[in-house]
This record gives sequence, C-alpha cells and structure tokens, in this order.
Amino acid sequence: MLGNFDFDVIRRALPYLFLEGMRFTLTLTALAAFGGLVFGTLIALMRLSSYKVLGRIAGFYVDFIRSLPLVLVIFWFYFLVPYIGQWVTGASRPITVGAFASSLITFIAFEAAYFSEIMRAGIQSISKGQPAAASALGLTYAQSMRYVVLPQAFRNMLPVLLTQTIVLFQDTSLVYVLSIPDFLGAASKVAQRDGRLVEMYLFAALVYFVISCVASFGVRRLQSRIAIVR
Amino acid sequence: MNYNWNWHIFLEPNPMGTGTYLDLLLTGLVVTVKVSVLAWIIALVSGSVIGVLRTLPSRTASWIGFCWVEFFRNMPLLVQLFLWFFVLPELLPRSAGLWLKQLPNAPFWTAAIGVGLFMSARVAVQLQAGITSLPRGQKQASTALGLTTVQTYRYVLLPMAFRIILPPLTSEFLNTIKNSAVAITIGLIELTGEARSMQEFSFQVFEAFTAATVLYLLLNFVVVTAMRFLERYVAIPGYITGK
Repeated sequence: MLGNFDFDVIRRALPYLFLEGMRFTLTLTALAAFGGLVFGTLIALMRLSSYKVLGRIAGFYVDFIRSLPLVLVIFWFYFLVPYIGQWVTGASRPITVGAFASSLITFIAFEAAYFSEIMRAGIQSISKGQPAAASALGLTYAQSMRYVVLPQAFRNMLPVLLTQTIVLFQDTSLVYVLSIPDFLGAASKVAQRDGRLVEMYLFAALVYFVISCVASFGVRRLQSRIAIVR
Repeated sequence: MNYNWNWHIFLEPNPMGTGTYLDLLLTGLVVTVKVSVLAWIIALVSGSVIGVLRTLPSRTASWIGFCWVEFFRNMPLLVQLFLWFFVLPELLPRSAGLWLKQLPNAPFWTAAIGVGLFMSARVAVQLQAGITSLPRGQKQASTALGLTTVQTYRYVLLPMAFRIILPPLTSEFLNTIKNSAVAITIGLIELTGEARSMQEFSFQVFEAFTAATVLYLLLNFVVVTAMRFLERYVAIPGYITGK
C-alpha cells in the first residue's frame, strides 16, 4: 500500500532522471521531429510529383513503415545501421554506432512516414490557384514550393504537426527495449537498483502526463488562435 | 555486406523443441492476434461508452469522458503497461495483489487490458467526432418523435456515427495490432518477441526480422481487406457513406 511510499528515493534520483534521462528524451524528440519533418516534406513532395515512379516509391515507403510496429522498426535499425554504416564508409567490418545515433536514425526514418502524410494533406489543402499563379509569375517549381505552397501548408498543419510531436515524445520511451537510459530507462534503472518500482514508475507516469497535458493544452490554444485565418 | 545469409534457417528445429523456427514465429503470430483481438474488443466497448458520455448534455458525463481520454492519452503506452503490471499489484490490498501476481499468463492479460484501455481513448475521440458530425436535425427529429435519449442513440445517432467512422476505426485496429508489440517489455512473447528470441538462438538477425515483417504485412492486408468488405456490407445507399 501507499503507507511506505518513499519520496526520498525520487528526490535523490532527480538529478540523474532529469539531467541524463530527460535530456536524452527531449534531444531525441526535438532532433527526430526536425529530421522527420524535413524528410517527411521531401517524401510528400515525391508522392505528389508528376513523376509516377517517384510517387510510387514514396507511397510504398510510407505504407511499408506505417504497417510495422515501432518496436520491430527499432530492432531492425539497431542491427541494420552498423551494416549500412559499413556500406556507406566502405569499412571492412560493420561499424559501431552509438545508442543515440542509432535511435535517432530509427526515429527519423519512422516519423518521416507519419510527417509526410501530414504534409501531404497540408500541401493538398492549398488551392490550385496558388501554384498556378506562382508559375504564371515565372517562379520555378522549387521557388513556388519554397515561397508559396510550403509556408502555407506548414502553417495550416502546425497543430497536427505539434500533436504528432507529442506522440513522438511519448514513443521515444520505447528505446527502453534497447536498454538506453532515456527518461523512462533512467527511472527503471533506479527502480531496479533500489527495489522501488512503485515510486519510480508512478513518478515517471506523472512526469510524462504533465508534460503531454501542458503541451496538448498549448496546441489547443494555438489551434483556436490560428483557426480564424481562413 | 559480410553477413551469412541462411534462408533455410526457418526449417531447422528450434532449441525449444517445439518444431522448426517457422513454428516459433507462427506461435508468436497467434499470440499477437489473440492479444490484439481481445484488446480491440475492450477498446471498442469502453471507447464507445466514453465517446457517448462526451456527447451527452450532462456536465458530469462529459467531464468523466474528458478525464478518461486525457488520462489514457497523455502517458506512453509503455508506462501504462508498467503501471498495470508492476505498480497495481503493490497498491492493492496484500491478498489481492498476491493473487494478481500469481495469475497464470499475467503478461497476456495485462497486455490485452493495457493496450485495450490505451486504445479506448482513441476510439472515444473518433466516436465523439462521428456523432458531432451528424446534422443537428437528426437529434432534434428523434426528440420530436418522442424517443428517449437512450433510444435516440441506439436507433438514430450510433448506427450512423459508426458507419461514418469505420475507416478511421480500421486504422485504429491496425494501431492496436502494432501496439501489442510493446508488450514485449512486460515479457509477453508475441510475434516481435519470437523474432527476437529466434535472433538470439540462431544469430540470423535479418532473416528473423524479415519474417516478422512479412507476417505483420500479411496481418495488415487481411484486416484492411476484411474491413473493406464490412464497409461495403453496412453501407446505406444514397447516404453519406453509401454509394
């Protein structure tokens, strides 16, 4: 029961939990969201391009990644990345990749598929007249994307992109399966060392809950503020 | 790539003595299907109740619905599974906690209930969106006809709302299947878990994961095809979702 709940265990673990664990989680979330957005936008552009082959390849990638569990994808990349590294650098043996780099590559590749669907919806939400007007003004494809379509698509989809980032923040906890000390991994390490599973897991749940709640509240505020634009 | 490919590994006997490695993976597939179906039933039932609560005029009802959804949506699934598996038995009275811990097949039931409740929040949000997307006249007309609130939902709103949200529900079911893989962390040996143990026994990493990938793709294909049939079967001609 809660009678022998030991707050001191949590207090003593705080520096480790936040300075190591939470820093890993937040860095991974931020970099993966940025990388996922960049590659996701490229995949969305491929899918919508007039070259059918490019669209086919991008569509296949997105459908493929989206039908696999994240845990399986994490395992795939964990074992595959050393071989890819060997192939890219031309080394004679599979190279060793750090835990952070490996999980970052995994999450960028995984999230790109999800972000690309959001960006595709955003690009398609722009009326046809916009790119038509851009090309009538003499802008090239790249210029019309860069200055006309993508800024509007990004702005329209900002709430959805941020919501997906919150989901990503929660999903990063799955690097636990590789025994990487992200926030949950750190909490679980302390929990097992001190035999204090109840305190540590309840505390971890509370921290995730508060961060996600505050973030999604912020997204809702943002949504109601920019919803007036049209 | 200096990796020794060996695709015959699937026909070699596994060290558990339960047949070949292929049998091992198929056992995992069966566990994945069982957990996912059970979790989906839990998600559908509790998610529907909560989704309806959120659309009722009563303040208390929509507040309960709001709390449920926020609670299950704002924590990672992995953390929720840990809470059910490691924390809940400690918080219960001693005898109840002991009974929970000694339950045979505990990871299976924890995974089904944990994933089910996690997904119920998503089902609730979808159903709420489906109900609110119906024209207001539907509800007003059924009130004018003298239907009670229960009858209005049973005969007018829910049959239409569920038809509208069938496509998103399909992807939520696919998400349930994918999320069942998280249960590997509480010791459930489902498809991903069996692929992982095959990799540890045989050192054939990529064959094991390729097989698991193919099985997940097949499972997805079966679900999507079945749901297409269901969509066509329940479609009402001339209505929003009909042809």
